Amino acid sequence: MPSPRWINRAPANPRVLAAVPFALLLAGYLAGSSVRLAANPGDKLMPAPAVMVETWSSMALAEDTRTGEVLFWTDTRASLVRLGLGLAIATSLALVIGLVIGMLPYAESLLGPFVTAISMVPALAVLPILFIVFGLDELSKVVLIVIGVLPFMIRDLAQRIREIPEEQWIKAQTLGAGGLQLASRVILPQAMPRLIDSLRLSLGPAWLFLISAEAISATGGLGYRIFLVRRYMAMDVILPYVVWITLLAFASDLLLRALRRNRYPWVDAEGKG
Amino acid sequence: MSTAAAATPMSRGAMVADEVAHAGTSAIAGKSATGTISVRNLWHEYGSKIVLERVSLDVAPGSFVSITGPSGCGKSTFLRILLGQQRPSRGQILLDGAPLAPEPGPDRGVVFQRYSSFPHLSVLDNVALGLEFERAPIFGRLFGAARRRAREEAAQYLDEVGLAAEASNYPHALSGGMRQRLSIAQALIRRPKVLLLDEPFGALDPGTRESMHELVLKLWKECGMTIFLVTHDIREGFKLGTRLLVFDKVRDDPHEPERYGATITYDIAL
Repeated sequence: MPSPRWINRAPANPRVLAAVPFALLLAGYLAGSSVRLAANPGDKLMPAPAVMVETWSSMALAEDTRTGEVLFWTDTRASLVRLGLGLAIATSLALVIGLVIGMLPYAESLLGPFVTAISMVPALAVLPILFIVFGLDELSKVVLIVIGVLPFMIRDLAQRIREIPEEQWIKAQTLGAGGLQLASRVILPQAMPRLIDSLRLSLGPAWLFLISAEAISATGGLGYRIFLVRRYMAMDVILPYVVWITLLAFASDLLLRALRRNRYPWVDAEGKG
Repeated sequence: MSTAAAATPMSRGAMVADEVAHAGTSAIAGKSATGTISVRNLWHEYGSKIVLERVSLDVAPGSFVSITGPSGCGKSTFLRILLGQQRPSRGQILLDGAPLAPEPGPDRGVVFQRYSSFPHLSVLDNVALGLEFERAPIFGRLFGAARRRAREEAAQYLDEVGLAAEASNYPHALSGGMRQRLSIAQALIRRPKVLLLDEPFGALDPGTRESMHELVLKLWKECGMTIFLVTHDIREGFKLGTRLLVFDKVRDDPHEPERYGATITYDIAL
């Protein structure tokens, strides 16, 4: 009997398979690190895990001798505040503008092409303008995140709103709904989970914009620290920071997914049956 | 029914409905106004394509009009024009003597073949929504006692269509037939003068379709609204209607099939 095609076979234990690339990466690093350190104990490129833990704890558990701050956490707070502000502003604006564009043909004609054009502008290219206009401190970084993710979120939300079947728009009107009622009871509740999805997709770009802005001009923040210690080739700082940023991004995605599942349980079942 | 209803949190309204039903009359009987429809020389053109031409029709209040005809004969277009979803290129439709509003409104209820329930609302809230739109004119959301009252009324309609046990479920958990029952209850709660059914049973299996026929006839007799039913199943049209309209093209130019539109070719009183 011929064995089944690979497209018809699935692993009995997918989690084990999922762990393989992670394990390989870790093993590769450990092997490379020990080889390099054996050849040159002063090697800075691939520090031993123990060194990284030591550096990390000196930054995360002890106060900095010069400033009296715990650097790791002040960096984290600074970055998260910028990211949170930027995403909160972008999400609220996207909700309002996306709803208007998605619901009103006149708004779509007026603003649709404009938003599409704006979304093509590479946000990082306007960063110098932001620095000139908004100064070098917090505001320009927040504005960069907003400008970077807002056009996409607006377009995505408006598109999802237009995908709500026409039958529902008509049905609601036959039940007596006017525009505001339709928006508040039919469209908005169905747009919310989609907005969360588009926020999740925007997390990656938002981190990118944040770290770029911090790298260029800041006095604190995760991206600032990475680029600062790059001068000393301090991989024992950079690597834990990169892992930490990854964990933060992963956790926020997980959180948003849980929010969507709990608040909008009907979404994933919608297509079924 | 009452045991099933009592198992749900919304049982109070449902039980009220049951008591009324046991008292001999239905809870929702006679609540719909009836509508007279007059169609005057209606044309619908789509670019250079003529879909409908010279459609004229008078429908007495409380009629059950079945509309049938081959695919692409404009029967769904005609229904959409009645609904206000599309506008005629020429001609006029009067509802009780006044020109029909050019957009959908609560005087005309509708049941589509699919997608006409709201996936984010429970079955009960799907029905109560019409009352919330009526009573909360700005944002369409009722609170407290007003909300409870609307849900109790909605529960009566759910009971009437046999969905009392499903009140707290989301629509996606319902079978195709149940969804159409829900859609009918939704449409009835605003007591429309005219109920428009656009192939509402087309996607159902024969057994379910049979029971839906009985339900629609029962509700029509109780509420007395004017019904238009578009169907491609001519037997269904004969069975349900008091009047059967067949849309088709009278004239046809094989070289230019879009030159002529469809009109009413048979108008049979049943």
